[in-house]
Amino acid sequence: MRFLRSSDAIILAILAVAMIFIGLVNPAFWQMSNLFSLLKENVVIGIMALGVLLVMISGGIDVSFTAFAVAGMYLTVRAMVALDYNGLVLPFMSAILIGGLLGLMNAGIIHRFKMIPLIVTLGTASVVRGLVLGFVGTSNVNINKMPDALVEFGKTDLFTLERANGSTYGLTAMIVIYLGLALVLHLVLKHTMIGRSVYAYGADPEAAKRVGFSTGRTMIFVYVTAGALAGFAGLLHSSMIWLANPRDFVGLELDVIAAVVLGGASIFGGRGTVLGTVLGVFILVMIQNSLILMGIDTTWQRIVVGAMLIAAVTVTALRDRRALV
Amino acid sequence: MTSAPLIELRNISKRFGGVRALDDVSLSLDGARIHCLAGENGSGKSTLIKVVSGVYQPDEGEIFIDGQKVDRLDPVTSIAHGVQVIYQDFSLFPTLSVVENLTLNTFLREGKTRIDWTRARKMAREVLARLDVSLDLDATVETLPAAGRQIVAIARAMLADARLIIMDEPTTTLTGREVERLFRIVRDLQADGIATLFVSHKMREMLEISERLTVFRNGKKVTEGPISEFDERAITRAMTGRDLHQGRFVAPNLAGRKPRLELRNVSVGDKARDINLTLMPGEIVGLSGLIGAGRKAIAQAIFGLRQDMSGEMLVDGVPVTPKSVPEAIAAGLAYVPEDRLSEGLFLTRSIRDNAIVSSMERFAPHLWLDAEKAGAETRKMFAEMAISAPGIDVPVGTLSGGNAQRVMIGRWLMTQARVLILNGPTVGVDVGSKEQIHGIIQELTRKSDLAVLMISDDLPELAANCNRVLCITEGRIMGELSGETLTEEALDSALSREIEGETA
Repeated sequence: MRFLRSSDAIILAILAVAMIFIGLVNPAFWQMSNLFSLLKENVVIGIMALGVLLVMISGGIDVSFTAFAVAGMYLTVRAMVALDYNGLVLPFMSAILIGGLLGLMNAGIIHRFKMIPLIVTLGTASVVRGLVLGFVGTSNVNINKMPDALVEFGKTDLFTLERANGSTYGLTAMIVIYLGLALVLHLVLKHTMIGRSVYAYGADPEAAKRVGFSTGRTMIFVYVTAGALAGFAGLLHSSMIWLANPRDFVGLELDVIAAVVLGGASIFGGRGTVLGTVLGVFILVMIQNSLILMGIDTTWQRIVVGAMLIAAVTVTALRDRRALV
Repeated sequence: MTSAPLIELRNISKRFGGVRALDDVSLSLDGARIHCLAGENGSGKSTLIKVVSGVYQPDEGEIFIDGQKVDRLDPVTSIAHGVQVIYQDFSLFPTLSVVENLTLNTFLREGKTRIDWTRARKMAREVLARLDVSLDLDATVETLPAAGRQIVAIARAMLADARLIIMDEPTTTLTGREVERLFRIVRDLQADGIATLFVSHKMREMLEISERLTVFRNGKKVTEGPISEFDERAITRAMTGRDLHQGRFVAPNLAGRKPRLELRNVSVGDKARDINLTLMPGEIVGLSGLIGAGRKAIAQAIFGLRQDMSGEMLVDGVPVTPKSVPEAIAAGLAYVPEDRLSEGLFLTRSIRDNAIVSSMERFAPHLWLDAEKAGAETRKMFAEMAISAPGIDVPVGTLSGGNAQRVMIGRWLMTQARVLILNGPTVGVDVGSKEQIHGIIQELTRKSDLAVLMISDDLPELAANCNRVLCITEGRIMGELSGETLTEEALDSALSREIEGETA
């Protein structure tokens, strides 16, 4: 069984152990309401993580996606408020388009000038955040101003259950969108030439060029998709929390990158799976959620996330080095 | 003449700036023939490969394929005509599976947007069966040894309907047995009607595998003919333009001298056991053995690069146990690694910076670098090692392999080392330069009373430069050859005994 020896199987095992352990420490973990809220928290981080996974397989690191998510979200919501527009399809398309165009800018700079993705995305992130705050606005769009269509959409549940005291709770329908996107990305990565070109480029850019891949097209695919996913995730986030905050997502880069690395993707490129990333996101969110349930201070949560990132990078780096010997 | 040659180059010239990389070269390659292209570094071999594969457009001359003139040969046309190049680094994708490495460019060529994994596996199985080798299709390529990766590269070329496979220095990373397998595969390819162009500077393989030989020197074709017309001497003369006389090294009289280096019952992890070795000043002692026999582990242990050494080690009678490189340098030890590009040289830095980097304690005793002293000693080394470069300030990356290796050896001599360990001292160095490096090593050993430990897979090199050679098998010293018994043949039969012992 090849699967049992794969990174995905190991991550699944870690997840199972962690769930049993957390459940023992805190039996409230297994309550259906807690599991539902966990899954809900997975959605936005998860969609962003899919984009980061793509960049990481191609051998890059993206730290601009949170800024692109803010741009996609805040520009769109402000435009909706200004135009008094109340719809769904057009706003989401606009958020995707904004993210995608910004991603195209990343791809262009990285490919044209052969620059290091980390530095380029640090720069574009700062520029985009600055432009949003400087030219569009610094004030939150609160629930009273948020377009109804967005708020209603974010409230959609797949089904609801009733607690003993009569209050209800549900499983958000957004999880379907997240898992649907994950499935599509999985199929694209596994079964299409453009998907395989991302792995090939991440494994060895020079070799990819020599067999005849158009590496420019691969870079565009990677960064436009990552940007579009970020823009989409941004707007989805504001529709789920009924708030559009132009200073949102600060520091979330670390969580998302940690989740992707936890999911077994290699920071050296050429390696990583959608399943692993989905599991990695779940582990990260679950551990953060348990720390909250246990009443642990938020500063300690940052320490835990940082430590997890370092541990995961170390383990995957050791794995990759062993493979090279 | 029965049919037109597969590829014919007529009067090809290619200039880079003022340098003529190819000067009026004509070459004709027939179908299903094994042709060898020999020449030193910089002789124009690589430029020729790139012209044939369409990467470079020649400035002058014509190219004919199957008798038809091709006006502009670009990579796509070249591949379409069945030309496949296997580069030294194989250009494979380390993190992807064997199947995928084999089939990706076929799918790409067919303009597919989706991958048909069932078909991919079928194609991969078929081509590996044609080569009569078995590989785990799902293994990632990085887990394969160099020989396995080469087979993947060859199989990939076959899947691209190759009619001519150009192999650039294909045997550099292979062991003797793997070279034999490669030769068998090349002959099988020939039986299938596929021609091979071997680009090499190794005598043995030229003489053993090729049917025709072309020798290049300074961008010109110097000679060409069926292999039967050549012997080693003739090829060397053609490549270097002069006769080389490999003088045998004779150690000075050692009577009454104290040993430079002594190893007593040294073991290194599970790589080497019970090593007893004495190195006298003025001696060059070779270590022969298969890859993985433990030679490198012994060298690394002496130089403080391994923490799993046990036993006793003495330098000039003083017990030392270096646990790190600085300690080893302080004890008078020096180690020139095999892969000088990745393990040793800073390519973007000058010769001077590269030369003094291991002697910082001497040149910068109180934080500040004594630039005058560093410059003077580097210039002295520069002259002694006969490095050909405009000066000591040029970056090492601009030097040829032979000159880079001289900088590397010179660096260690500047540490005032008394024991010098050389691992593959002339790997990737061309014949003429190799000869000179040997001369320098021998002279320095005699003059400075060095004790040299030379690890090499190049048997003629060991036979010519060592006064003694120790044969290492599975981490033990199994024999010693010296004086009259130290010949290439004796070394070769010691190695083949080991191969037989291993397979038995």
